[in-house]
Amino acid sequence: MLEIRNLVKHFGPLVAVDHVSFTVPRGEVLGFLGPNGAGKSTTMKMITGFLAPTAGTAIICGHDILTRPIAAKRCIGYLPEGAPAYPDMSAAEFLDFIAHIRGYSGREARRRIAAIVEMIHIGEVLHQPIETLSKGFRRRVGVAQALLHDPAVLILDEPTDGLDPNQKYEMRRIIAAMAPQKAIIISTHLLDEVEAVCTRAIIIARGRVLADGTPAELATRSRYHNAVRLGVPLGAEARIKADLEKLSDVAAVEEADDGDGHALMVFPRARRSLATEIGDLARAGNWKLTGLRVERGRLDDVFRTVTMPEPQLPAA
Amino acid sequence: MRNISTILRRELAAYFTTPLAYVFIIVFLVLAGVLTFFLGDLFERGQADLQSFFTFHPWLYLVLIPALSMRLWAEERKSGTIELFLTLPIRLIEAVLGKFLAAWCFAGIALALTFPLWITVNFLGDPDNGVILASYLASWLMAGAILAAGAAISAATKNQIIAFIVTAAVAFVFIVAGTPTVLGLFQGWAPEGVIRAVAATSVFGHFSAITRGVIDLRDLVYFVSIIIAFLGANAVLVDLKKAD
Repeated sequence: MLEIRNLVKHFGPLVAVDHVSFTVPRGEVLGFLGPNGAGKSTTMKMITGFLAPTAGTAIICGHDILTRPIAAKRCIGYLPEGAPAYPDMSAAEFLDFIAHIRGYSGREARRRIAAIVEMIHIGEVLHQPIETLSKGFRRRVGVAQALLHDPAVLILDEPTDGLDPNQKYEMRRIIAAMAPQKAIIISTHLLDEVEAVCTRAIIIARGRVLADGTPAELATRSRYHNAVRLGVPLGAEARIKADLEKLSDVAAVEEADDGDGHALMVFPRARRSLATEIGDLARAGNWKLTGLRVERGRLDDVFRTVTMPEPQLPAA
Repeated sequence: MRNISTILRRELAAYFTTPLAYVFIIVFLVLAGVLTFFLGDLFERGQADLQSFFTFHPWLYLVLIPALSMRLWAEERKSGTIELFLTLPIRLIEAVLGKFLAAWCFAGIALALTFPLWITVNFLGDPDNGVILASYLASWLMAGAILAAGAAISAATKNQIIAFIVTAAVAFVFIVAGTPTVLGLFQGWAPEGVIRAVAATSVFGHFSAITRGVIDLRDLVYFVSIIIAFLGANAVLVDLKKAD
């Protein structure tokens, strides 16, 4: 449905996007993750035909964005960063303009606008000038505009930015509901959002794809993957820690005071599973544990490890 | 064609959703009237024509037309809507034409609203309505030429004030190039060909030629080619500067 081939973008000496390639089939929601300035928006601008790539191209529903831009753009619904919309127009006028540009008029235009207004819940502000709308409503008008023609490919640059938790939940529900029929890319720096709606995540930094997989797969790359959090009674931690460190699969034991009370975090070697061994040890040593939890891995931890520049090693 | 008319209607509506349209029309009509009656001595000349009205149009447009063209692209670039606009399934040339035609239609509406003057001279005497019609056409073509230049300049900046000032400066050069004062500077030392070339690039000369009632093909070609050249520059500038 969407194929990105070796996209490169240079701004003068700066390499903003450096040979990015991936494909998004129908039914996939791809989370595009990266620190600010990583090249997420630039990549999206090239896919949607706003920026001409220095090299490479994007194929949308079989149409090359460089050679058949109009056909390709017809297949795309795009929410640019910041959800720009004409401030003097009302939401109704704005959607009417988009409907006409998308080739609908008369009854069909009215039907589509009514359906989208219903779906995105913007009926109450439909006749207010867009400049008077709250950030949340403005973002929703932007999403409505992108969905009006029921595009096969949906590209949303930070769709939940500026929304309150209820609106975020609602927006994710809308995206998830559409997902089976579309190829969707959303950019975000909210990691819980990736876990909530994305079937796949790409981490990009300094213009390069650094990680690509399902959110669960990416989480296994975290040092917290299969780590065990033990709630321990005060005063017993030194003894328990000493016992734990004798296990061959334990790499490190750290004291953690994370708000849930006093705890030890046990990190395994090579991310092996430790639960059974620790359970046996606890019974044998008669520890009075207040809690035991196996961590799945933390996406924010993976994100940090993957996107931080590698430390300079001293020359050997 | 369909896209051009959709864009044209949106842009024209955009003028009227802000006070700009009404302020523009009122200022234009008041200034046109003041210049015609007080500086142009419409009544004192004792002639049933609108020459004292049209004479001032180049100077009127120098100040007013840049106010219409300055927002065309600068506003879209400033607010970021250009990214939305240019990722819609439209050709760049449709976007450029739609915007230009909207501004040109608006200028046409303002010009048409001066019709009471035309009624006045018809009521007072027996003017040559052919000349008046030709003069209206000349005035509208001149507005189009300045608008096309202004649209291209608006595409080169995010700042509407800069777009206004630069457009006014460019319009000034195009207008004064054909005035007797400027041509007089070349008189006596420059070859005849240079003087003619300077005069030929001037909006003023072609405008005056048509207002005398003779619609010469060369004058029409002049205005149309100025408009096309600037619209071409407009498209190139939008493409170059859109992402800055």
